[in-house]
Amino acid sequence: MRFTKDHEWVEVDGDVATVGITAYAAEQLGDVVFVETPDVGKTVKAGDGFAVVESVKAASDVYAPVSGEVVEANGALADAPDTVNAAPEAAGWFAKVKLANPAEVEALMDRPAYEAFLQTL
Amino acid sequence: MAQTDQPLKTTPLHAAHLAAGARMVPFAGYDMPVQYTEGVLKEHLWTREHAGLFDVSHMGQARLRGPISEGKKGPLAAFEEVVPGDFINLKPGRQKYSVLLNRDGGIVDDLMAGRPVTSQGTGDDGLFLVVNGACKDNDFKVIADELAGQVVIDRLETRALLALQGPEAAAVFQHYVPEAASMVFMDIRLMTGFGVDLIVSRSGYTGEDGYEISVPAEAADDVWVKLMSDSRVKPIGLGARDSLRLEAGLPLYGHDLDETVSPVEADLTFAINKNRREQRDFPGAARIVKELAERPARVRVALKVLEGAPAREGAEIADASGQVIGKVTSGGFSPSLKQGIALGFVPPAHAAPGTPLKVIVRGKPQAAEVVKAPFVPHRYVRKP
Repeated sequence: MRFTKDHEWVEVDGDVATVGITAYAAEQLGDVVFVETPDVGKTVKAGDGFAVVESVKAASDVYAPVSGEVVEANGALADAPDTVNAAPEAAGWFAKVKLANPAEVEALMDRPAYEAFLQTL
Repeated sequence: MAQTDQPLKTTPLHAAHLAAGARMVPFAGYDMPVQYTEGVLKEHLWTREHAGLFDVSHMGQARLRGPISEGKKGPLAAFEEVVPGDFINLKPGRQKYSVLLNRDGGIVDDLMAGRPVTSQGTGDDGLFLVVNGACKDNDFKVIADELAGQVVIDRLETRALLALQGPEAAAVFQHYVPEAASMVFMDIRLMTGFGVDLIVSRSGYTGEDGYEISVPAEAADDVWVKLMSDSRVKPIGLGARDSLRLEAGLPLYGHDLDETVSPVEADLTFAINKNRREQRDFPGAARIVKELAERPARVRVALKVLEGAPAREGAEIADASGQVIGKVTSGGFSPSLKQGIALGFVPPAHAAPGTPLKVIVRGKPQAAEVVKAPFVPHRYVRKP
């Protein structure tokens, strides 16, 4: 699993990356009440807003950590947005992206680097 | 309103918030708890089911005093020069919600004004005001300017203000202050409790039964600790305070209300008393009386969002054909109803409950419906 400074995670299987928000991000947001996942077929660029996660209080953008085509979105979040709190780095995934540039993943932080980054916040 | 670079002020309960694990944010110039460890959703639902304790010491408390004799009209009559409510006939021991108006009939702030007295009826001492924290300096300046020579404003800056709200709030508070049991909604009393002098009203801004408790700053921590020691009580932050008042359909100054909005547009006509409408002697009376007779150009409505994301402040409201007709002024997710709810302004032709409308969230039109406020029924105690 790789991580961004915006607290998204990426897990690569072949040429497809599963994307979600980290446990830290989920804890900071509080109870997630709504998730807007990207449409399948959409092409995203790393750094673009590609999903929205909402708590009672506010809506927050989720940025695409990698570029590519959205091949699957986690439809289960529509009825159970709290999955993002319960299992942010597993069942609470947002979307799967077919990587346009696998090298982008290598540029992201690994877990020790991300945890060191969290210590600086 | 405006954020400044001045250091944040703290309330007398600041250390208590930190000890309770609060996440602090700047609000109205104060470092305030937005939530505690359980988070907004659970705090909200706890208040609806049990009792929530809020620190609202950032709000402005003041006494408005004026000479009753010497041919002067006194603070109650003088106050009527800046609000549309009937305060001359306000009985000792009662408080009223009102709006401070500018000369164009726009709302400078919304507030509570009351005549706290003891259970024996003594201690009547002008009007006791509670105004919004972000507006308080301006409010008291407006009142001082408009009522120059008629009233003296005594700002009670050495008092904290707590709110205890929820269906179990009354039982909790009455354990410590038994005398409060005889109060009904919008009663306000001077009493002794926790060994100090209190100004207690049976009111709040959540739609629930409960009390607002003005207490000397040095006693605030003791009152907080005692109330918190009851297992029915949890501390509640500003996040849940906002979602609770939204479900109660109550407008929030700086969002649903501002200096351009009249009380008729804001659906606060209950605060414009009949005798005052006839006398037309409050600021902006010409506009307000005309709006009462002919309907204003826009009116505040309550909306349920029937699909998709919650509609938040700034989202456009469209009619069924897609024509943009207004804007959401506050909105979010209702923890009680598990759906998006919002307040916003639309032309009166679209304001009837049941009217289908759209809210536009991130470019997507979503079905919404005008409903009668409140979203969640008020549970005020109106009979002893």
